[in-house]
This record gives sequence, structure tokens and C-alpha cells, in this order.
Amino acid sequence: MKKIKIKVNGKFKTVLNNSKLSDLLKNLKIPIKKVAIELNQEIIDKKRSNNIKLKKNDKIEIVHFIGGG
Amino acid sequence: MEEDSLKKDKLIIAKKKFDSRLIVGTGKYKTMAECAKAIKFSGAEIVTVAVRRVNILNKNKPLLMDYIDPKKITYLPNTAGCFNSKDALRTLRLAREIGGWKLVKLEVLGDKTNLFPDMIETLKTTEVLANEGFRVMVYCNDDPLMAKRLENSGADAIMPLAAPIGSGLGILNKINIQIIRKQTKLPVIIDAGLGQASDATIAMELGCDGVLVNTAIAKAKKPFEMALAFKNAVVAGRQSYCSGRISKTLMGNPSSPTEGII
Repeated sequence: MKKIKIKVNGKFKTVLNNSKLSDLLKNLKIPIKKVAIELNQEIIDKKRSNNIKLKKNDKIEIVHFIGGG
Repeated sequence: MEEDSLKKDKLIIAKKKFDSRLIVGTGKYKTMAECAKAIKFSGAEIVTVAVRRVNILNKNKPLLMDYIDPKKITYLPNTAGCFNSKDALRTLRLAREIGGWKLVKLEVLGDKTNLFPDMIETLKTTEVLANEGFRVMVYCNDDPLMAKRLENSGADAIMPLAAPIGSGLGILNKINIQIIRKQTKLPVIIDAGLGQASDATIAMELGCDGVLVNTAIAKAKKPFEMALAFKNAVVAGRQSYCSGRISKTLMGNPSSPTEGII
């Protein structure tokens, strides 16, 4: 299977072409209920991560709440 | 203030009622456990939180939500670190996505050293957020005209600074704060720049509806004790304000009767 490079939170990552976003999240042990996800600057519906296939150069941002004033 | 009227005296923001008038920030603590304990001491029901990237390299890093239960404490997502409208909007839309947070704190900064807000960007952003159904508490300058404009742009609370963020200087312009309080129907929360508990009392005595404190508690030598001090200071200030202070006179006025002096 062909491998592609994507960026997750500013860091390069290699994944299989057409692999699912949900697999990546599982892989990274992301607590889905406590985060928000952007794919190429667009917020995605977390429930739909199963239907989203990753492509070359995709940029993913996964954010959560941390301490702040 | 009698006990009954104290119970009825609630802070109302975007139609939500709160008993505590102290909002605390969750930044700058040594650990999340320390932060959570300080919040308990402060009695705060609202805490500000920042939106940041998940650390994907350290998968076992503790999460804020594991220490501060968002079902018990109202999370107020902020836009700290945003210097333009685009970044602030992106941040708060993401915050909403995490779990339906509509009540947010908007701060768009204009300068990296003094951290003063960029009010032009702030105004613009407030309007967009209000149109998108957000309930926006807005960090702003202690400028009565800008505060009025924010109200007209759909803000739910006006949050003028006491002094630059983290400076600990206390309230620098009491007159402006009083004018802002007098001219608006919205809650006025003093945000940023407080240094010690008495600063919070002064804010409340000026008629403010609440105060937001982070650094003064988190960076105190004893954060838990300082959190408690701020809690008491806010209550004292509110009670004092509601009790109607005496008017000031230039000359003395004896407290004991002058009649019957031997």
C-alpha cells in the first residue's frame, strides 16, 4: 500500500494512503470527546471521522483545553 | 446585607445565574492538581481555559478535564494568544466543537509586550461571534466609548482591564471603570491586572459585577490561601457596595455624641 505524508499538529506523519481519519485518532489515542479537529482549516464533525479518508499533504489540527487566563 | 438578600444576589451572565462573582484563570499553575485545588478554595464557578494543540508525542499527558469537571465548573474558553480576528474566530469555533461551549471569552491582543487589546479587531470579532450564536464576554480597554460599542455589537459581558495582563498593578483608572459600569446594562467584570485581594474588593466597591483573576492567585507564594483571600475580598466588596457607603466629607465628624460632655 502506498504511504503518504500528512501533518498532524504541525508535525509530519506517514500514514497509508486512503486510511481513515478515525484510525489515525485511534492510533494517537486521542480522547475524541475532549478534542476538536480541523482538516485543512475546516472543522470536521468528530462523528464522521470514520468516513474521512486521508490524502497526501492533509493538515490536521487536534486541539483541547488547557490551563489559561 | 441580610443573609436572604445575599442569597438572591446572583451574577447573571447570558441568562445564566452564578453565586460566585469570582472567575479564575487556570493558567500558570505548577500542576493541574494545584490548579484544581486553588479553584476549590476560590469558590469560583467559572474558569477560563485556553485552546491548544494536543500533545501527540506524549499520549499519557494529563488532561485539564480530568482535574476540573466541566459538568460542575463552567469552562470559559478564551482566545489568549490571538492577535487578529481570524485566529480568534478559529479558536472559538474549535472550542465550541469540543463540547458545545457557547459562552466564551474573547480577547484579541494588539501588542506582544503590553498585551493591550486591539479594540478594532475585538469589536469586529464580537459582532461575528454574536451573529453565530456565541455568548461573548469581551476583554477590553478601560475605555467607556469602546465598552458602549461592544454592548451595541452584541457582547454579553464587558471585561475591562484593571491594568496590563499579569502586571499586578491593580485598578489604574477607577473613574473609567465607574463610567463603564454606569452606562451599561451588561455585567462588568474586571479582567486582568489585579495583584492582591484588596484590588478585588475595590473593583466590587466600584460597582463591578465580578472579577477575573489568574496570575495573582497562581503566582502567589501560597496560591490556595490567596484563592481564599480573593473569594472573601469579592464577597466583602460586593456587600460593601450593596450596603451604600457614607458620603465623603473634608472635615471630621465625631462618632460619639457631643452633648453631655463632662
